[in-house]
Amino acid sequence: MKEFTPPPDSASIVSVTDRVKPVTIGMGVTSVHFLGPRAAFVGGEENVALVDAKGEIGKVAVHSGGILSTASDGKRLIMGGDDGKVVALDANGEVTLLATDPKRRWIDAVALHPDGAYAWSAGKTATVKSGKNEEKSLDVPSTVGGLAFAPKGLRLAIAHYNGATLWFPNMEGSAEFLPWAGSHLGVTFSPDNKFLVTSMHEAALHGWRLADNRHMRMTGYPGRVRSMSWSAGGKGLATSGADTVIIWPFGSKDGPMGKEPAMLAPLQARVAVVACHPKNDILACGYSDGTVLMVRLEDGAEILVRRNGTPPVAGLAWNAKGTLLAFADENGDGGLLEL
Amino acid sequence: MSEATSQKIPVTVLTGYLGAGKTTLLNRILSENHGKKYAVIVNEFGEIGIDNDLIIGADEEVFEMNNGCICCTVRGDLVRIMDGLMKRKGKFDAIIVETTGLADPAPVAQTFFVDEDVQKNARLDAVVTVADAKWLSDRLKDAPEAKNQIAFADVIVLNKTDLVTKGELAEVEARIRGINPYAKLHRTERCSVALADVLDRGAFDLDRILDIEPSFLEADDHDHDHDHHHHHDHDHHHHDHGHGLKHYHDEDMQSLSLKTDKPLDPNVFMPWLQNLVQVEGGKILRSKGILAFHDDDDRYVFQGVHMMLEGDHQRKWKDGEKRESRLVFIGRELPEEAIRKGFESCIVS
Repeated sequence: MKEFTPPPDSASIVSVTDRVKPVTIGMGVTSVHFLGPRAAFVGGEENVALVDAKGEIGKVAVHSGGILSTASDGKRLIMGGDDGKVVALDANGEVTLLATDPKRRWIDAVALHPDGAYAWSAGKTATVKSGKNEEKSLDVPSTVGGLAFAPKGLRLAIAHYNGATLWFPNMEGSAEFLPWAGSHLGVTFSPDNKFLVTSMHEAALHGWRLADNRHMRMTGYPGRVRSMSWSAGGKGLATSGADTVIIWPFGSKDGPMGKEPAMLAPLQARVAVVACHPKNDILACGYSDGTVLMVRLEDGAEILVRRNGTPPVAGLAWNAKGTLLAFADENGDGGLLEL
Repeated sequence: MSEATSQKIPVTVLTGYLGAGKTTLLNRILSENHGKKYAVIVNEFGEIGIDNDLIIGADEEVFEMNNGCICCTVRGDLVRIMDGLMKRKGKFDAIIVETTGLADPAPVAQTFFVDEDVQKNARLDAVVTVADAKWLSDRLKDAPEAKNQIAFADVIVLNKTDLVTKGELAEVEARIRGINPYAKLHRTERCSVALADVLDRGAFDLDRILDIEPSFLEADDHDHDHDHHHHHDHDHHHHDHGHGLKHYHDEDMQSLSLKTDKPLDPNVFMPWLQNLVQVEGGKILRSKGILAFHDDDDRYVFQGVHMMLEGDHQRKWKDGEKRESRLVFIGRELPEEAIRKGFESCIVS
């Protein structure tokens, strides 16, 4: 492994590696979230490690098996496991069992609504639980790849084979199918509720403008897109999957139709995870060689947070105020950076 | 390649027509005292009861890749399950995928070729097909799925041999060989086969293509050899060669072997092979080959599933080793003459 060496003529690459508080989780990590002031490092199975700003680690058992899916709103972390359970974890480390699949099928996807409603999927069935209302379920034609709530109203997007389904769980017969051939695995609404974007099994994104269901093909990636993050204000969608961070423009009414994406922070490694800052036009990105950078969207200026030479970065997260960045690689070696 | 390959989790695909004995074999594998843990992907729950192993239910969801090729199908559910299993790496030693009785093994195999993430973590070990000695001959006539499974197999467990006479057994074996002369064939009662004969076969490992199959490309050579040095007729039905087996030529599924001791021109051969699988990939189920290229001291090996090919320089030709190129195709309605002509045009004259 070669070290990250800034070219000699560019003294402009700032490094903050010495300000990072190292965190050793002691288990494989698959994603990172914030729960209030504490960072939640989700393990591949069984446990979540909650880490406070001082770097103190407390492990919480959440599943009796693999943890397959996670979603967080900053207050609560919802997880689905191969034990057929949907559980929630809060910042105090309290675990609540939300649902159990009657056949103990894998919970492949979960989603969390800003008002507290949540959704999960097992096989072809997506289920929504909202407040005191009964659980509502919808079967789609094939296994659910991903779930996302719309930013407004109780509306769920369900990604599956050959398209996505939009569904108002409280309206009978409201399921609307948006077709596009292929296997759709991840899904996200733009924060302005105007676009739906899926990440596909092939190395591409697909988008629909919800006003008229016009298609947007976003291709050219060398690898599958596993991480998507909306910039503050929702003007750009930052994505992994290439050796630069690819940011699609969603600022205009046409979204990225006919436009080129911005390509920032090129390295000789694949971008594995991206996380946009909640307030400023900055993002953090982690690479397959363990590098973590902070990148300014406006001009692509980079700050080195972590050098390369480790397993791929598995997760990155900002706290709600954007004053703390947490990250970890697949082996569970990570850090906290206070800004 | 070997080191990276050995760290990947081996995947055995278990196929077989309804009632042939797949579940019996699976239970035998799981209950044997081998000290290994398996993750087993099954299509029906309930028939296996081994606590120690991870049992995962699957839905056999096949989808086409968006590359315009209708034979490029993968199992979407497997991609998803592999993703989930990789979060529990270290908890199991190998993966077994059981397909339904009516399944085509190709999408399963292709999943391990085309999906980047699956390929990074797992390697296809072998396709094992369980066949019913009593009923297979009938199924080969009326069930195209059964024929696919035989054609696709690296290992065939010919089960329930206690239910047939010697003559019937010879008959069904001949029918199998008429479709796939290259698979290892084991005759069993109640699937009692040594685990080493079905697991860790390395059938898709380019390095082991020959090592584990001494009969590979040589089996029934005199029968399928249409080499132009000696023109004998190809009367498969009455060709007797000493061990009393009748020979069948299956109407629509057959194998084709090619060989030459003259060097091939890689600049002609590679485009020819690529084009062949592009155009005829729908008909070609499996392909394998060992090649001697002009001015090249390395053996080149390749293998393919439908349109997907992978190949590599394997090792130096040994001193005294015959530098011979050999290819095998197993498929449906193979355009034999065109393939032979194309192959000959790759020989350096």
